[in-house]
Amino acid sequence: MGADGIGAAVRRKEDVRFLTGRGTYTDDISRHGQTHAYIVRSSQPHAAIKRIDTSKALAAPGVVAVFTGADMAADGVGGLPCGWLIKNKDGSPMKEPAHPPLVVDRVRHVGDQVAVVIAETKAQAKDAAELVEIDFEPLPAVVDSLDALKAAAPQVHGDAAPGNLCYDWELGDKAAVDAAFAKAHKVAKIDLFNNRLIPNAMEPRAATGDYDPASGDYTLYTTSQNPHVIRLLMGAFVLHIPESKLRVYAPDVGGGFGSKIYHYAEEAIVTWAAGKLKRPVRWTADRSESFMSDAHGRDHHSHAELALDKDGKFLALRVATVANMGAYLSTFASCIPTYLYATLLAGVYTTPAIYAEVKAVFTNTVPVDAYRGAGRPEATFLIERLVDIAAKEMGMDRVEIRRRNFIPTDAFPYQTPVALQYDSGDYFSTLEQAQKTADWTGFEARRAEAKKRGKLRGIGVSTYLEACGIAPSNIAGALGARAGLYEAATVRVHPTGSVTILTGSHSHGQGHETTFAQVVAETLGIGIDQIDVVHGDTNKIPFGMGTYGSRSLAVGGTAIVKALDKVVNKAKKIAAHLLEASVNDIEFKDGKFTVVGTDKSKTFGEIALTAYVPHNYPLEELEPGLEENAFYDPKNFTFPGGCHIAEVEIDPDTGVTKVVNFTAVDDVGRVINPMIVEGQVQGGVAQGIGQALLENCVYDKSGQLITGSYMDYAMPRADDLPSIGVATHVTLCTHNPLGVKGCGEVGAIGSPPAVINAVVDALKDHGVTHMDMPASPQKVWSVINGARRMAAE
Amino acid sequence: MYDFAYHKASSVADAAAKAKGNDDAKFMAGGQTLIPTLKQRLARPSDVIDLAAIADLKSIAAGGGAVTLGAMATHASVAASADVKKAIPALAALAEGIGDPQVRNRGTVGGSVANNDPAADYPAAVLGLGATIHTDQRQIAADDFFLSVFTTALNPGELITRISFPVPEKAAYVKFPSPASRYAMIGVFVAKTAKGARVVVTGAGNGVIRIKSMEAALDKAWSAASLDGIAVSASACNGDIHGSSEYRAHLISVMAKRAVAAAG
Ligand SMILES: Cc1cc2nc3c(=O)[nH]c(=O)nc-3n(C[C@H](O)[C@H](O)[C@H](O)COP(=O)(O)OP(=O)(O)OC[C@H]3O[C@@H](n4cnc5c(N)ncnc54)[C@H](O)[C@@H]3O)c2cc1C
Repeated sequence: MGADGIGAAVRRKEDVRFLTGRGTYTDDISRHGQTHAYIVRSSQPHAAIKRIDTSKALAAPGVVAVFTGADMAADGVGGLPCGWLIKNKDGSPMKEPAHPPLVVDRVRHVGDQVAVVIAETKAQAKDAAELVEIDFEPLPAVVDSLDALKAAAPQVHGDAAPGNLCYDWELGDKAAVDAAFAKAHKVAKIDLFNNRLIPNAMEPRAATGDYDPASGDYTLYTTSQNPHVIRLLMGAFVLHIPESKLRVYAPDVGGGFGSKIYHYAEEAIVTWAAGKLKRPVRWTADRSESFMSDAHGRDHHSHAELALDKDGKFLALRVATVANMGAYLSTFASCIPTYLYATLLAGVYTTPAIYAEVKAVFTNTVPVDAYRGAGRPEATFLIERLVDIAAKEMGMDRVEIRRRNFIPTDAFPYQTPVALQYDSGDYFSTLEQAQKTADWTGFEARRAEAKKRGKLRGIGVSTYLEACGIAPSNIAGALGARAGLYEAATVRVHPTGSVTILTGSHSHGQGHETTFAQVVAETLGIGIDQIDVVHGDTNKIPFGMGTYGSRSLAVGGTAIVKALDKVVNKAKKIAAHLLEASVNDIEFKDGKFTVVGTDKSKTFGEIALTAYVPHNYPLEELEPGLEENAFYDPKNFTFPGGCHIAEVEIDPDTGVTKVVNFTAVDDVGRVINPMIVEGQVQGGVAQGIGQALLENCVYDKSGQLITGSYMDYAMPRADDLPSIGVATHVTLCTHNPLGVKGCGEVGAIGSPPAVINAVVDALKDHGVTHMDMPASPQKVWSVINGARRMAAE
Repeated sequence: MYDFAYHKASSVADAAAKAKGNDDAKFMAGGQTLIPTLKQRLARPSDVIDLAAIADLKSIAAGGGAVTLGAMATHASVAASADVKKAIPALAALAEGIGDPQVRNRGTVGGSVANNDPAADYPAAVLGLGATIHTDQRQIAADDFFLSVFTTALNPGELITRISFPVPEKAAYVKFPSPASRYAMIGVFVAKTAKGARVVVTGAGNGVIRIKSMEAALDKAWSAASLDGIAVSASACNGDIHGSSEYRAHLISVMAKRAVAAAG
C-alpha cells in the first residue's frame, strides 16, 4: 500500500519520545510512599558465610528493613528456576543447584546477593549497607571452565554438581562422523576460545515492587524483555503468587541484548519485600553492579575438526565444547550452548555428518546466558574460522571452498544432520553481492598499496546462517523447554477506525511500534498514525513470550497477522450486510470493501463504526465490536543468513587493527522497514566488531572481576567502526505469512569471524593461522613481534 | 557519595581561607575526577570548595615567550584558543585529545595537573615544556612538581592559580590510548626548547618520566631517526590487561619517533 506500509523506510514512531527525553523507563516510575533498596553484594569470589550481623545497619538513619537469605527462606521463597532441562548423554537430567535470590550460607561469585537494605532514600540504604557485617570464610575459587573440570578444582556447588559439571550432552551421529574421518583426505583442526562478554545495555537493570494490601495485588515494574515470562517464573516458582494477583510491567526498556530476558534475584527481592513492608520498594543498578550481576555472554572453549575429501568437500565435523555457565544456571543458560549452538553447526554447508559434545560447567563467575546471537555467534565463529583453516590446509581459495560446500539454492527444504530443517536461502547470491560491493577482486591491489604505507591489510569473509523465531512449542518441549514459545496478539479496532495492537513481543530498541504498525497499515489500508502498538504490561496484553532470538516479527508479527485476518473476515461480513451482497463477493483492498465487479464499497472506517454502532447490523449472526485475539505457534525456526566481508589494516608497529571496510549482505526474509533493518544490522555488526577487536571480560585467578568498569572493559566507540555497508538479498521464509526471518542478531553473528579472518589474512606472512578474540593491539603486536624476533634469530 | 559541606569560593584568597587548616577539605575544579571518586565513595572530604566562580582563574594568555593558562581553563577552551594554537599547537592538540566533549568542557588544566593521574595527558606537557606551576603561595618548577602516583609537591590547601608554558621551538604530543578508558596507555611529549630537547612519557609507570637517553640523542640531531635503537627498559613500565610492561616499553619508542616526526 501507500507511504507507510510494508517496505517503506518510515521513521521510527517511538523515537520522538526517546530523543526528547520523554520515554518512561522503570526508574522514572515513582510510587507513593516508596522505599529504596540497596543490595549488599559479595566482595568474595567464593566463601562460606559464617555470620551476618545486620543490627548496626538496622539502627542507621532512615532504614526500614534489612533482609537476608534466611528471612526469604523462612518465608518459603523458592530459588530462581531454569527454563530448559538438558539431558546428559546417558539420559539423566542436568544438575540444577539451588539459586536463591539472597544467598543463605555461601557466596559463589563477586556480586552474589547477600542482603538487602531498604531505607527511605537510596543514600541512606547505601550508607547502612556499609554497616552490614559479614564474616566470610574464603574458599578457593575457579573461573576458567577448563580448570573447573580438573580433578582438584574447587567445587562451586559441592555434591549438588560434582566435578562442577552441569551436563555432558551430545548431538549427532558419532559413528558416522568417525567413519567419515577414517577416510578423510585431510583434516582441518582448531582450538579456540570464544571470549566472555558483558552486555552493557545503556539502561541499567531496575525493578520496583508494589503491593496493595486492600486487593492483595502485587505489581512489579521491571526492565524486562518478556514480562509474562517473569510473571510466570516469579509467580509460580519463587514467590508463589497467582498470576491473577501479579502484574508485571516492563515499560520503555533501554536495550537488553538478551541480558534482560532472565528472571533476576532483584525482581523477586523487591516484590517480596514490598509485600512484607506494605510499601513500594525500588531498586536500580549502579553501572558497577551491572558489570557483576547482569548475565554475561559466550565463554566457550572448543576443539573442532573438519574432515575433507580430495576436492575440498566437507565430509564430517566433530566438535567438543566446554561452556561456562558461571556460578548458577540463569533462566535460559542451559539451552544456549546446546540447542542454539550445536544445532547450527552445519552452517550453510552440506556437511553430511556432524557430532558435537558439550560440557556445561559451573565456575565462580557471574552466570552466563544468551547475549545477542546466543549460541549462533559461537557456532558461526567456529565454523567460519575452521573453513578458512581448511582452505589453507587444502591449498584452496577461501571463497571457492565455501561455494563448493554451499547448500544448493534448489535443495530447500534442506535437512541438516543436526536436527534443523532450513526452509529457504540463497548463499551464492549473498556471497556474490557482498564480494562485488566489497570489491573482493580488487583487494590485492589495496593490500599492495597499504604495504607501501607500512600497513598490513587483510580481507576476511564469513558466510553464515542462523536460526530465529524460536520455536515450535512441541519441538522445543521435546528438547527440554519448560515453556511454550508461541506469541499472542490482540487487534482492537476502535469505533472511529483507529487501531490498538496489543502484542506479547517487547520492544527495547527494535522499533516494533513502527514495524508492527506498518504491517497493520498494509493490511487495513490505514496510516500508521492511526495505529498504536502496546506492549510490556501483563494487565493489558493477553499473553506473551517476549522478545529474544530475533523472534518478534516472525512469531509476534505473525500473531498480529492472524488476528488481523480475523478482523478482516468479520469486517467483510459487516460490509456484505451493508452492501447487501454475499460475503464471498466482498473484496478488501486499499482500505476499502468492495462488491466485486461493482463500484459499491465501504471504507474500513465505516465498517468499524458500524461494528460499534450496530443499528443496521446482522445482530442475529454476528456479535458487535471489532476486536480479535490470536496465538501463533511457529511451524519452524526461520533461517536468516548471508555474507559479511571485513577488510582490516594493521599497524605493525603498534598492533592496532582498524576495520577499514565492512560489507554485510543479509537475507533477513521480507523487509518491512529497510531503515530499521539497516540500523539493526549496523548495531549488531558494531557489537560483533566489539567482540572481535575490543571486548573481553577478564577475571583474575582468584575470581576478582578485573574488567568491572569502562576503565578496563573496552566497548566499541563510533571511531572504532567503519561505515558499515548494509544490503539485503531476500528469499522469503516459506512458513510464515509475512515471509520474514529476523534481523536483530545477524550483525553480531556474521561479523566476528569476518573480522578475525581478515586479521589472520593480514598476518598470514607472520605464520598466523588463528587468533582468539579480541584481536587487541597488544595481542597482535606480540604475534608480529614474536615473528620478527624469530626472523632475526 | 558521603555527605560533605559545599562552599563556593569567590576568590583565590577566599578559597585558600576556606581550605586553611582543614586537611579534609578538597578543591573542586571541573569535578571530572573528584565527582566520580565521591560517587564511588572512594574519598570522604569534609568540605568541597568549588572554584568555578573565580573568574581570574579561567584566563588563557600568550606573550613574553610563554603561554599561561589559568588553573580553571577547561580542556575545550585551551583546544579552541587561537593564541594557544599559534604559540604551542602541541598543547592545544593535547587538550583536544583528552576524554570526550563533556569531559573537555568541564575538566581543567589545574585539576588535571593537581590530580597527577599516572595516565593523564597534561602532566606530559607540563614536564615536557618545563612549565612553571604558580600557586597561591609560590612557584614550582615542573621538574620538582610531580612526585608519584596522584602525588605532587602541593601542600594541603595549596591552590594552583596558573601554569606558564615556555614556547618551544617545536613540540608534539602523541598518545596511544588504552582501548578501554582512552587515557594514555603511553603518551609521549617531545619538545625542542631553548634549554634542550625533552622527551616525557606518561602512562608508563607511576607518573610522568623524562627519557634522558632520547633527549641526548635529539640534542645531537633532532630527527626521528636519532631515536633508532634507543630502547626503554620494560622494568620502567607497569603492565595491565591491555598492555604488558614489554609492550608499553615498545610503544614508548614508537610514539616518541612519531612525536618527533609530527613536531617537524
Ligand atoms: C570519562 C573521562 C575521561 C577522561 N579522559 C581523560 C584523558 O584521556 N586524559 C586525561 O588526561 N584525563 C582524562 N580525564 C580526566 C580529566 O581530564 C579531568 O578533567 C582531570 O583529571 C581533572 O580535572 P578537573 O578539572 O575535573 O578536576 P577535579 O576533578 O575537580 O579535581 C581533581 C583533583 O584536583 C584538585 N584540584 C583541582 N583544581 C585544583 C587547583 N586549582 N589547585 C589545587 N588542586 C586542585 C581537586 O581537589 C581534586 O583532588 C577523563 C575524565 C573522565 C571523567
